[in-house]
Amino acid sequence: MNRIGLERKVLNENDRLAAGLRSRFAASNVLCVNLISSPGAGKTSLLERTLESFDRDARVAVLTGDIQTENDANRLRCYGFPVRQITTRGTCHLDARMVERGLEDWRLTDLDLLLIENVGNLVCPSSYDLGEAAKVVLLSVTEGEDKPLKYPSIFFKSELMVLNKIDLLPYVPFDIAAAEENARRVNPNAEIIRVSCTQKNGIAEWLAWLAARRDRMLSGRTSAV
Amino acid sequence: MHEMSIANSVLEALEKEARRFPQGRIAKVGLRVGELAGVDPGALSFCWEAVVRGTNWEAVELEIEYSPRRHRCERCAREFVVKDFDIACPDCGEAHTVFAGGDELDLAFLEVDEDEPYRVGKEGVERK
Repeated sequence: MNRIGLERKVLNENDRLAAGLRSRFAASNVLCVNLISSPGAGKTSLLERTLESFDRDARVAVLTGDIQTENDANRLRCYGFPVRQITTRGTCHLDARMVERGLEDWRLTDLDLLLIENVGNLVCPSSYDLGEAAKVVLLSVTEGEDKPLKYPSIFFKSELMVLNKIDLLPYVPFDIAAAEENARRVNPNAEIIRVSCTQKNGIAEWLAWLAARRDRMLSGRTSAV
Repeated sequence: MHEMSIANSVLEALEKEARRFPQGRIAKVGLRVGELAGVDPGALSFCWEAVVRGTNWEAVELEIEYSPRRHRCERCAREFVVKDFDIACPDCGEAHTVFAGGDELDLAFLEVDEDEPYRVGKEGVERK
């Protein structure tokens, strides 16, 4: 019996496509952000607040992933920016090929920002690189404050945690300090922004984070993860 | 639950690698799965059995090596396994240490039995 060392990535085909996307985004100065959370944490609501905040001439587009339905794309189209739904028909995450197909005829040179809303799931999307500059994880206060410890992979790989639904804090037994401490235990470098999409709190900080992240990408001070 | 997709990716990779060994029978495929890979080894083993059932790969054993999160201390150069999310250096106490591994999802090795060839044709490995 011969043991032969291979040392290759299981998902190297996805990684190859993601690397291609990343270099296309970089060549066109597009900041690509991959939004990940459990179902119902508020990814689409955050995108609604984001798109409504932009001027009409903002160069932004959205790819939104779901297992079924065009509902999210329909919610987001009214803001006048390019939005495309990716329906995975059963798959619990987006992969780089779906993003590549989703971009289709869009010209990246027309964009500054591409927001990708992943399928609602805290586990599977963490394994698939989409060529994004940054993953952002949303956690809502109607979930448990121990989510970062239960799902360390995605909290470890995300540059930013958006804590959503903070307007509900008076009504739910959610320890926000513990949630933030748990996130930092998993990822000491994590940035955290507290947001309420319904009360529109924290949206300015989120927009500022996006702008600063793009500046950082353009100045090349940070390498893509 | 994306372990089915992962199992299929392992099978695709295995089919590709197997062409390098037309004279051998692949007995085992070894994976390295990191603590932070977001992949459950138990579920992956279960899915592996499902994807190889009824194929020429049915007898290929999947071995999963678990890779814990590791950090390196830049002050004293110690590399250590992170337990309970405590990333401080166990030797010198330095609080800020650097991630050094534990997010792998790698095909680590194949075990090939040279005496029992699969039938490998131009179309790749023949399935039942």
